[in-house]
This record gives sequence, C-alpha cells and structure tokens, in this order.
Amino acid sequence: MGKSIQSIERAAAVLRLLAGGPRQLGVVDVAGSLGLAKGTVHGILRTLHHVGFVEQDDATGKYRLGGALLHLGTSYLDVNELRSRAINWADALASRSGEAVRIGSLLDGRALVVHHVFRPDDSLQTGEIGLLLPLHASAIGKVLLAYDPTAAPEAKWSAEAFTQRTLVSPTHLSRALAEIRERGWACEADEMSIGVAGIAAPIRGQGGLVVGSIEVTGSVDRLCDRGRVPKPELVRQVQDAARAVSRELGAQRW
Amino acid sequence: MTERFVLAIDQGTTSTRCIVFDHRARLVSVAQREHQQHYPSPGWVEHDAVEIWRNVQRLAPQALAQAGASVSQVAAIGIANQRETTVIWDRTTGVPVGRAVVWQDTRTDALVEELAGDAGRDRFHDLCGLPLTTYFAGPRIRWLLDATSGLRERAERGEVLFGTMETWLVWNLTGGPDGGAHITDVTNASRTMLMDIQTLEWSDELLGGIGVPRAMLPEIRSSAEVYGKATVVLPGVSIGAALGDQQAALFGQTCFSPGEAKCTYGTGSFLLLNTGAEIVRSSHGLLTTVGYKIGDDDAVYALEGAIAITGSLVQWFRDNLGLINSAAEIETLALTVEDNGGCFIVPAFSGLFAPHWRSEARGVIVGLTSYITKGHLARAVLEATGWQTREVVDAMNADSGLALTTLRVDGGMTADNLLMQFVADVLDVPVVRPMALETVSLGAAYAAGLAVGFWPDLEGLRRNWHRAGQWLPNMDAAHRAAEYDSWQRAVERTFGWKKIPGKEPQ
Repeated sequence: MGKSIQSIERAAAVLRLLAGGPRQLGVVDVAGSLGLAKGTVHGILRTLHHVGFVEQDDATGKYRLGGALLHLGTSYLDVNELRSRAINWADALASRSGEAVRIGSLLDGRALVVHHVFRPDDSLQTGEIGLLLPLHASAIGKVLLAYDPTAAPEAKWSAEAFTQRTLVSPTHLSRALAEIRERGWACEADEMSIGVAGIAAPIRGQGGLVVGSIEVTGSVDRLCDRGRVPKPELVRQVQDAARAVSRELGAQRW
Repeated sequence: MTERFVLAIDQGTTSTRCIVFDHRARLVSVAQREHQQHYPSPGWVEHDAVEIWRNVQRLAPQALAQAGASVSQVAAIGIANQRETTVIWDRTTGVPVGRAVVWQDTRTDALVEELAGDAGRDRFHDLCGLPLTTYFAGPRIRWLLDATSGLRERAERGEVLFGTMETWLVWNLTGGPDGGAHITDVTNASRTMLMDIQTLEWSDELLGGIGVPRAMLPEIRSSAEVYGKATVVLPGVSIGAALGDQQAALFGQTCFSPGEAKCTYGTGSFLLLNTGAEIVRSSHGLLTTVGYKIGDDDAVYALEGAIAITGSLVQWFRDNLGLINSAAEIETLALTVEDNGGCFIVPAFSGLFAPHWRSEARGVIVGLTSYITKGHLARAVLEATGWQTREVVDAMNADSGLALTTLRVDGGMTADNLLMQFVADVLDVPVVRPMALETVSLGAAYAAGLAVGFWPDLEGLRRNWHRAGQWLPNMDAAHRAAEYDSWQRAVERTFGWKKIPGKEPQ
C-alpha cells in the first residue's frame, strides 16, 4: 500500500469524532480531542461542510454530521429526481433538434429509460419510460458503460447482436468506449434496429460522477450524414443539454 | 429581417419572471426574482407592490440582454398575474396606501360572513358567477376602505385607485401619475365579484352590495388588445395583453375550443374548462369565470375547479413526516409497492375546496392495517391528487354537459410519471403534456402577440403546441369504480371533524 494522505486521515478522524454521539462540536472541541491546530481543523470542517458531510448549527456555529453523509451508502441519484430536474432541458433539446429525447440511467447492466420526450411532430408515439435498453447497442447505454467504473464489458455479458452493425466484439467495444470518453459523446447508428440512430452525452452530478445520459433518437437519415457520422449541430445540442442538466444537478466544471 | 420577440411578465405569488419568446414560441431567456412575503398577523399575507414594480423594472432589461435583443426587437409585452391580489394607491403620487393584500389572505372572513347574511354565500352568484369567500378582490377592497380612516372618501373622489397586479403594472409601465392607463382585463375583473359576468361591466348592484365606489375602479378591457405603449422600462413597446395566471395557462395550452381543459399541478391545482360563449353556472361547487377575450371578439368563458392541496401534500410528506428527501422521491417510494394496500389519504388540511367546499372538514388517513408500509402511504399521497382531479372533472362534466375527452396538464407535478398515469387511469381519458411547460407566460405572450399581429390567429398558435408526453388510461373499469367508491367514502369521513363553536357537529 502506498503512502496514505494525511488530510484525508484527519478528515476521517473528525467524522468519527462527530459520529461518536448525538452532541455537536465546535472547532475548539475537535481540535482539543484530536490534538490538531485550530486552523487545520477549521479548514477540514469547512471542506467537509462544502461537500455536505457536516452541517453547522446556525445558532451555535457548532458542527454535526451532514445529510449527504447519511445518504452515502445509497448515493445513487434517484431516477425520478433526475427526471424532474432534467425535464425543462429535455423539452428544450427536443424542441431545438426536432427529435425525440430520452434520458437513461444504469440499472442491473442495462439502461433504464427514466424520461422520454416525444418528437415534436405530433405523430403517434408511445411513452417509453421504464424501458430497458442494452448498454452496448444504444447511445445512452454506451455513455453509461463508458463512464461506469464497475463495468468490465469484455467479461460481464455476452453482447447480443441485434443487427450486423451491433458492436459485439470486446475489442471493438473497448475501443468505442475509449473514444466516447475521449470526445465526450456517443453515437449509435443501425446498431439496435435498422434505420434508427441516437446521439448521447453524459449527465454528471456533484463531483462530476456520471449519473445518467441524455440522447436524441430518431431516423439515421435525419441524425447522421451518409457515412453514419452524426451531424455536428445535433452533437453540440446534446452536449449543451447534458451540461445544462449537469449544472442543475450541482456538477461544477462540466 | 431582424428577429422579433414577445416579452411575457409573469407576476406570480412568490416571484416575478420576465420571459422572452421567439416567433416559434420557443423560450429564449428567463429572468426571475422573488419578492418578500409579509405575514403581519395570522391568516394575513401581504406583498409590497412597489417592490414588485421595481423587480419588473430590473428583470425586463435583464431578460432582453440575455436574449441578446434590443427594445426595438420587442413586438409586444404580455402580462400574466397572480389573481385577486389587491392594491390601492394614490393617483397623484403613485404611492400605494398600504401593502397589497394577497389572494391567500383570509382577513375578510368575518366580512364575507356578514355580506352573506341570511342570503347565504351564493348571494351574488347569479351576477358574478362566484360564491362569497375570502378569495376574491371585491370584499378585500371593502375591508381596506373600512380599515383606513378617510380612504373611502378619497376613493369616492377618485383620488386613490384600485388594481390587481396587472392593473398596477400597466399603470406604472404607461407613465404612472403621468397619464398612466388605469385598466384591467376581463379575466382579472371576473375575480373581483364586482363585474357582471354577462355584460362584462362593473355592476352597480355588486358595487352597492359589497360597498366599493366606482370611481376607484379601472376600465375593463379585453385580454388581448393594445392598452397603450410603455413609456418606461421598454419605451415605445405596446402592451398587448393581460390575463390572470390560470387563464393564461388555459390560453398557453391552446384550449381554444369548448370542452378543452387544462390542469396546472402545483402546490394546489387549478382545472379550467373552456365552455365557449356559454356562461355555465355551476351547481357542483365550481367557479364561473372569463377564460379570455380577444380584441372585439366575444368573451370565452370557463369553469374553474380549484383543489387546495396537491403538491403541498407531497411537501407535507417530505417535510413533516420526513419519509422522503425530495418531492420527486415520492414516486420512487410509491413504486416499492404495487398498489395502495387499501389506504387512502384525504388532505382536507384546511377544509375541502371544489366540489365539496366544506370548511369544517379535516384530513384523514383511512384503511390502516398492519400491512400498510410507507410505500402504500406514498401511493395514497399521489392518488389523492388523482382522485381530487376526478371529482372536479365529474363536477365539470355534470355542469357543462361536455364530457372531457383529453386533459392537458402542466406544472411541476407533471414530472411525476406515476401520478400522470394514475390521473389518466382514474379519469379514463388521455392525459397530455405539452412541450412547453411554461404555459402561464406563454399564454400571456400569445395573447400579446395576437394583439399586435405578431401571430396571425388562434390556429397559428395551435400549430406551435406540441405533445411532449402522453399517458393513456390503463385501468380495469371495475377496479376504477371500486377504488373511486373507497375514495368517496374516505372523503365522507373528513366531514364535520372540526367543531364550529356554538354549532353541533353534523
């Protein structure tokens, strides 16, 4: 094991101390208990406060464990929360692009459609919320796969071939995922059903964690040029929408 | 050709927003600012009208700057406003005589009882379409005139003016003390209890009955016509529309034909049904109101069903019970179970509104057994909004003789997929969400755009409306009937809970 980082060890000690009982502690209490300088402890507490791991009592100025810490064990973003925060941006994307929009989130090795906006042409369409899509053959799925630290696509499943263009070989898939991480968006054309394409980008939550993905989906002819290359204008619109939702969720740099 | 825009001012209860729309009715920019809520004593709610005007002065240029548009590119201004909020101000100085009294304010409860007298709450119902409640502006004016020494005399001499928020804003935008236009639109006037719903003019009988001098009242105009040009903020731009917010939402949803209805799901919910040229007087606890009036066209009427507690029940579940962390999580919790497990929640927190109007009712949770989990409670919370919608729709169908075929929805709760499916299930009609959820400001923009020819006609506006989502009914009819029966029995159990002093419980 490499050298451990001192400030993280100290932060952990502060959290353990605060978790030790129902009381609230001031900077002086914490510094006294841990034998640290007040300035150091203050810096640690301010940082923990910033990420929501501790809260400060308005009246006394003392600290206690924060709400974010309590939810750490289940730190996924609620999918219905995701929909409610993304709904205006998804509408705007559908309206600008003239295409249907879907938002996906990872569920048991597949992409769960958590939101769906109809293509704004008032044709007959059915709601797709709740649909599960294969990760390797959908644009929203590919984004989720590309940014999922726990996914090991080569080993994890037998990738089903829906069309001749579906990426089933582990080598091809790995290369495609690396490319997605590199450029920040994914495309799927004729890979799940012939004639259909999707362009997706990652939605990030606090700290930059990818919590979902957003795509426009529609006919290959409208989304891509003849070589199945997605239209740059659509890619830009999808990325803009993804960034807007990410900002809404508290991601700062994306 | 230079691109042109319409600016909507949405003067709401908690905030004021200025929104710029382009010719395809797409939202280009939004500037928003909250204003302070004043609670001087229990049941009183006030706003500072000067603060609100100042916010408009700041927000309008801000929204234009964000859109990269100049004043000359603005084709018209449209206003949508919180309804029934009442302000009185000095005609020569432009200074309000006190804070604006907000629609939620219940200070007129004793006065309303007194006005009802032996004739009852429906004393003025035939004339103005409304029952006597603390909700409407007329009794509020009377209260202010009674409470302030010398104010009635000044009102009779026309030295002070009355307005709801659109009147206040138009007067200030068109010059204020310096020749400002003192006008209101028919939709806002229809919420005062002072306007004859048939003639669309101030009624002497209502003015006399409630005790409001005519000299202080604005001129009643159409919802879409040029009231004048702004002299400040956006100098030279035509002010082309004003509508109460719920009517603006009806317009923004392009419910232009009789039988078309929308429901805005927020803290409370408001269902409005277009009844066309027909004035439908409700015998089921609904309000008769003006939907809109375009220029010289005939007025279009609407029936309104107000539900007091919908989104606020979810907030209660989150804040008071702490079973969820955010409103959206109610759906996740509700999906942990397959049904309500026999549990129903009727949120009669301060009585029941339409169609029951029982002020002594209080909320109940019924059907509790050891089987019930928080998931079932979450279901019951969402279902309460569905069933309350059903009750209002039943009342509307009965009153109007029009059977609702589709419900158009907007507002924050439309993000709840489970709820929207449930509404479709219990109404047994498709529920449709439009692409633009900002229907209030869009409605104001549409009306203003029509007034100046920015958009040609209603049909053109209809073409801007696009379906973003749709939920189709998918519930077995027998199951629906059985559940509705249970809901109605649950509602009965809320009646007569609060004992009124001096009265025996019913």
